[in-house]
Amino acid sequence: MFDFVSFFPRAVMQSIPLLYGATGETLTEKSGNLNLGIPGIMYVGGICGVIGAFFYEQSGSVNGFLAVMIPLLCCLMGSLLMGLLYCFLTVTLRANQNVTGLAMTTFGVGFGNFFGGSLIKLTGSDVPSIALSATSSFFRKSLPFADRLGAFGKMFLSYGFLAYLAIVIALISSYILRHTRVGLQLRAVGESPATADAAGINITRYKFVATCLGSMIAGLGGLYYVMDYACGVWSNDAFGDRGWLAIALVIFTIWRPNVGILSSILFGGLYILYLFIPTGTNLAVKELYKMLPYLVTIVVLIVSSMRNKRENQPPESLGVPYFREER
Amino acid sequence: MENKTAAVKMRNITKRFGTTLANDRVWLDIYKGEILALLGENGSGKTTLMNMLSGIYFPDEGQIFINDEEALIRSPKDAFRYGIGMIHQHFKLVDVLTAAENIVLGLKEPGRLDMDKVARRVKEICDSYGFDVDPNQKIYTMSVSQKQTVEIVKALYRGADILILDEPTAVLTPQETDKLFAVLRSMRDDGKAIVIITHKMHEVEELSDRVAILRHGQFVGDMLTKMTNAQEMTNMMVGRPVTLNIDRPDPVDPKPRIIVEGLTVRDPEGTVKLDNVSFTANSGEILGIAGISGCGQKELLEAIAGLQIAEKGSISYVSDDGVREELIGKDPLSIAAMGVCLSFVPEDRLGMGLVGSMDLTDNMMLRSFRKGRSFFTDRKNPRVLAEKVVKELEVNTPGVSTPVRRLSGGNVQKVLVGREIASAPSVLLTAYAVRGLDINSSYTIYDLINKQKKSGVAVVFVGEDLDVLLELCDRILVLCGGKVSGIVEGRGASKPEVGMMMTRLGGKSNG
Amino acid sequence: MAKQSGGRNVLHISKRGVLPWYRAWAIRGAAIVLALIVSAVVTTALTGLNPLGVYATMIQGAFGTERKMWILGQNMAILLCVSLAVTPAFKMRFWNVGGEGQILIGGLATAACMILLGDKIPNWLLIIVMVVASVLAGAIWGGIPAICKAKWNTNETLFTLMMNYVATQLVAFMVIVWEVPKGAGKIGIINQNTCAGWLPQIGSYKYLLNILIVAVLTLIMYFYLTRSKQGYEISVVGESERTARYVGIKVGKVIVRTMMISGGLCGLAGLLLVGGTDHTITTTIAGGRGFTAVMVAWLAKFNPLVMVFTSFLLVFLGRGASEITTIYGLNHSFGDILTGIILFFIIGSEFFISYRLSFLKNTKKGA
Repeated sequence: MFDFVSFFPRAVMQSIPLLYGATGETLTEKSGNLNLGIPGIMYVGGICGVIGAFFYEQSGSVNGFLAVMIPLLCCLMGSLLMGLLYCFLTVTLRANQNVTGLAMTTFGVGFGNFFGGSLIKLTGSDVPSIALSATSSFFRKSLPFADRLGAFGKMFLSYGFLAYLAIVIALISSYILRHTRVGLQLRAVGESPATADAAGINITRYKFVATCLGSMIAGLGGLYYVMDYACGVWSNDAFGDRGWLAIALVIFTIWRPNVGILSSILFGGLYILYLFIPTGTNLAVKELYKMLPYLVTIVVLIVSSMRNKRENQPPESLGVPYFREER
Repeated sequence: MENKTAAVKMRNITKRFGTTLANDRVWLDIYKGEILALLGENGSGKTTLMNMLSGIYFPDEGQIFINDEEALIRSPKDAFRYGIGMIHQHFKLVDVLTAAENIVLGLKEPGRLDMDKVARRVKEICDSYGFDVDPNQKIYTMSVSQKQTVEIVKALYRGADILILDEPTAVLTPQETDKLFAVLRSMRDDGKAIVIITHKMHEVEELSDRVAILRHGQFVGDMLTKMTNAQEMTNMMVGRPVTLNIDRPDPVDPKPRIIVEGLTVRDPEGTVKLDNVSFTANSGEILGIAGISGCGQKELLEAIAGLQIAEKGSISYVSDDGVREELIGKDPLSIAAMGVCLSFVPEDRLGMGLVGSMDLTDNMMLRSFRKGRSFFTDRKNPRVLAEKVVKELEVNTPGVSTPVRRLSGGNVQKVLVGREIASAPSVLLTAYAVRGLDINSSYTIYDLINKQKKSGVAVVFVGEDLDVLLELCDRILVLCGGKVSGIVEGRGASKPEVGMMMTRLGGKSNG
Repeated sequence: MAKQSGGRNVLHISKRGVLPWYRAWAIRGAAIVLALIVSAVVTTALTGLNPLGVYATMIQGAFGTERKMWILGQNMAILLCVSLAVTPAFKMRFWNVGGEGQILIGGLATAACMILLGDKIPNWLLIIVMVVASVLAGAIWGGIPAICKAKWNTNETLFTLMMNYVATQLVAFMVIVWEVPKGAGKIGIINQNTCAGWLPQIGSYKYLLNILIVAVLTLIMYFYLTRSKQGYEISVVGESERTARYVGIKVGKVIVRTMMISGGLCGLAGLLLVGGTDHTITTTIAGGRGFTAVMVAWLAKFNPLVMVFTSFLLVFLGRGASEITTIYGLNHSFGDILTGIILFFIIGSEFFISYRLSFLKNTKKGA
């Protein structure tokens, strides 16, 4: 029998990195930047958190508050720098966004794996592997009474704080995009920068802020993965293709972060569905189940382009650099 | 001069684009409570000059004073701060947003965004001037005139004191134009400074208080409208007394070549662009198409060229031996395969007729590259053709390997027309063939067209300048809102007569 | 776009005319030199090694022995093959980032032929079937997004990206179906005893055939893009679809045809990998080349001949960095970091080729 009560929390835990990535990428894309560097940024976010936590744990006594804040800030700083780099290249220097994004992913994944693999050697520590169990235990702390509430507690209250933060950020982003002046102007920048410019909106600033915030949010996805999902153990390439899946999720949600909350759980569920489908000895079929999130995304992509409804299309100037005096 | 205060003073404004000088040390004053018409030929730098007031461009040299205080307008935002609002020819609206959202875009009002409040204010403004705008309607569902209204409301909402309109009537029906003028007059009476860029003389005379004239990027003078007349203004625009005297040889053995019957075309949004249009274009004759902009000229030419899907009607081609063949439902390739040699000089030269980043040789190949069975292209003949066009039409270019994007408008047009007539067409369609060209280039083009006519080509000439149409064409088809308003003989037709037909079906209505 | 700096001067950016080719390349060269300096600093900072020594090691790693040079050549050949494959699509402004999946599916088709037909048909026929199957598989994989693009204008960047993962999972599925021995989770060397379907080896040079094939392919692609009618159509469609329609080019047909060529060539790269060198298939056989190729092609401004150099640059970096990691016991990903840094500099340098910076003096005092 399909055990939904144990399936659901696992789907949620899978979904959180995707939700962070998708919310960050949505904000970025709303400003007209297609950041294909998100997978790399999520690696950088994760490893920066690990580096911060590693040094803090090495330093001796571990205080709960600092154990959370230090990796968090390191993660935000690392992903902010990546966002700034992307903006500098694509907005200030008007470089091709696809190429820049792919280069950032190469760099970011390499950066993550390099430090993940070499941190111990570089620092000459005498620990056998990077397992930040102390830090991780703070990140994984859930409400004390969650266990006592049975299935409800397990399904909704058993997560670390970063999981709830992801949902809060998605809701806030959604509200900002839909109901505030800043959101309105950001949407205008992504749709038609020339118009927004003529209306007196600072295109450069909006693109920088949205993309950098987006990168920082996406970076948190990497941090959540290492500290909470993976219990503080960094293993190279373990994060896998979740970054690309997050980009797919953006399309799936037709650029709406609040839709992203449920869709990411759906994606997370599809991602691990193979573990819960009884296939007996036929392991091969499991691999086909892993295809589901991608196939679903393709179907959504095709259907939304067929219906051709203006509201469901990507921001019109997505991927196009803006230069005011273009003639 | 009357006792007026200057809202804007522009001093020694210079702007270059690459090597072209768009504005050359321009002095211009704009007064409060006055409607100023800014006149000039295409490419004389009117729009560029105004774009520097609205913050789109930044002047290379010179100073701007707003209310006698020097202003540094670095961005459109700065322009708003100085109370300058500009309504561009191409509307600056975000299609997927609503009217109200577009109107508040970029504004920094205190408090949180309250769309209901915005909608109420928009309604207030609309009511006081008699506009009809639904604040919650999405822009992409609107007609052109509705979009323009949103633009004007947007400027008013921002409390603009200086309002610039770039060819606002080009897309409007006569009724809509009248309504717009009434609004502009009442705004002038409110003490606002209004600049209207146009090249329609009757509008200048009807609306403006003062005219300022630019020529080749330079300011040539200004005067009160009531002290001048259309002839004087035209002379100043062109720089010398203009006697339009275009050669018009008699048609050579005219025989029906293209017969259009009951043609109806809708655009993708479902608006009727051509409504039951019928006419015949004869060989050895120039058929002019007159009409205000956007009333179906583009669709008509594209339908004949096989680029528009027709809803109803027929377009037949009559070959020399009298065989009629249907063109509707065929694309350009199958039309060519039928042996019909049809040349088309479209309005959008670099966006449709030519590839900007390719050089002259490669652009010459666009029509002919398929010739021959070889898998590879032949660049020898196009190169010869390119050299021939450059020489015969006096194209000013460093060489045939220069990307056409780097050529000036007139030279681009020569390249395009040169290629289109090189294939010895039997039908030549031209849209605004001389737009943006100086007088000399224009005459080169007229000569080329006349040569085609003399060799028996059926020429369809879409023009915007009535004087040219009346001097060049043998017959003129007048379109009004997608319908045929009438067909007149070029010899003997009067300008007011055709002008009336452009704005009213049949022209002779007295209502 | 104008930025204020200090109130008096205004930093102004404007588009340049054409820069002579030698100045453009001088700017790119300067960018690479700068990138190498920054890389050296980063290397020293991270590892404490002498940067010159590191570069010497990199050169050693790329060219040190005959074997290393052959590996360099082989890697270059495959990367160049994929780069050539994605180029026609890019010239058409069709962002094919699905090279990865198209390689995989081509490799999968090759492996399928080798496994299923290995001992049933003569070897020469088998190889022909493999070539046809791999190219066809890649073409179909590339053609699907193209058809949607042509029909409904579906976003091709995202579509081709997703197709990569579908291909990966398909390969993962087949790997388990074909795994040898059962439960190993991998296929191992296919037809190890019979060598059926292994591409022939020229003399004693294992990689020579691949290199020759790609060299010929480079020339063909160069002439295809610059001299053929189809290449011309691709350029016109890429520059302006309206112009293409105006002269009677069937835009949808060109999009689908070009993407099938693009996918087919990626499939061929899959064949070279599976049939020519690895003789097995895994989900990681493409090794990110589908993405790296995007950068190779872009850096070369889509000129197939220049791609020989840009693919060399990237492969050299990768090989050199892997040498560093073995010699100094560092993680192999160090190469990706260096590649990233160098790419950032080259990407950034393009700005200075197409735009000009100038300071405008304002007549206004103060401000």
